[in-house]
Amino acid sequence: MADTAEAETSELAYGPTDWDDHHHLPTNTGLTNEKVTMWAFLGSDCLLFGALISTYLLCRNRVGPATKGPTAADLFDIPFTSVSSFVLLMSSLTMVLAVTSIQRAEMERCKLWLLTTAALGSIFIAGQVYEFTGFYREGLGFTTNISSSAFFTLTGFHGVHVSLGIVMLVTMWVLVTRGNLGPERAETIEIIGLYWHFVDIVWIVIFAVVYLIP
Amino acid sequence: MNTATVSEDEGHQEHSEHGLSDFGYIKIAVILATLTAAEVATYFFDFGVVEIPSLLILMVVKFQIVVSYFMHLKFDSKVFSYLFVTGLILAMMVFAAMGTSMAFWQNPSGCDASAFC
Repeated sequence: MADTAEAETSELAYGPTDWDDHHHLPTNTGLTNEKVTMWAFLGSDCLLFGALISTYLLCRNRVGPATKGPTAADLFDIPFTSVSSFVLLMSSLTMVLAVTSIQRAEMERCKLWLLTTAALGSIFIAGQVYEFTGFYREGLGFTTNISSSAFFTLTGFHGVHVSLGIVMLVTMWVLVTRGNLGPERAETIEIIGLYWHFVDIVWIVIFAVVYLIP
Repeated sequence: MNTATVSEDEGHQEHSEHGLSDFGYIKIAVILATLTAAEVATYFFDFGVVEIPSLLILMVVKFQIVVSYFMHLKFDSKVFSYLFVTGLILAMMVFAAMGTSMAFWQNPSGCDASAFC
């Protein structure tokens, strides 16, 4: 009891500027604030994608009275998108291997998996750009009809999330390479991994609901 | 009592930090790849009335596997599960609200609200 009081007094006395970067401040929950914040963000992001998927489902077969043109569903190339989905799914594996590597202080392996994950994410984005370009050439633009607007908004937002994830992964790779991020801060990589896995599960839903369900 | 609690916490912490082995994660990835192949098979073969339910079930199973193992929710604190599930429930409520509004609400002219699109 006395030790606890002493520790609390010590924390108050030293203040936040003296905290060691490598050790987290004990919290009421015993969980780090960064990780709780990321999960809260992911929970709120569910709402964003929930709204976008709902909008697409409600408008998927509607082209509107004033505007015509094909719907996105008319132009889907399922085999191509299946390969993209597989690539993104495998990037989740490489991401989790990057996390386990840094937890074991295997820095070279961690760097390799981080780069591999970023590369797989880039392949997915390249596939999405190729798909969007093909749609545009077939006459399906963002403003062609309400179905295309809903489709491009949904998949575009997901693409932006993946792109941000790639930027974060490359940043982590630079930090690890420069020695600014070591095994003692493995949770940073884990938190970036949570974000990456989230974009993967969002795509799992989009792939099934938007692309595969007729 | 306190000792037991500390011991349990330490045990949980050790478990949550380790999750599965690398080989375990690879096995999970193989399962996910197999499920994805099953999903894609519904495009090439006609599964009749079970097609849509099968796709939805496969989607939920894949979602659950990634969240539980790759995102460590199975091994981590329940607080994270509560935060995430709350978001999911709210997202489903958004879908239900939009679906309800488009299906049942009508404007005064007699046209349903979905007529605009």
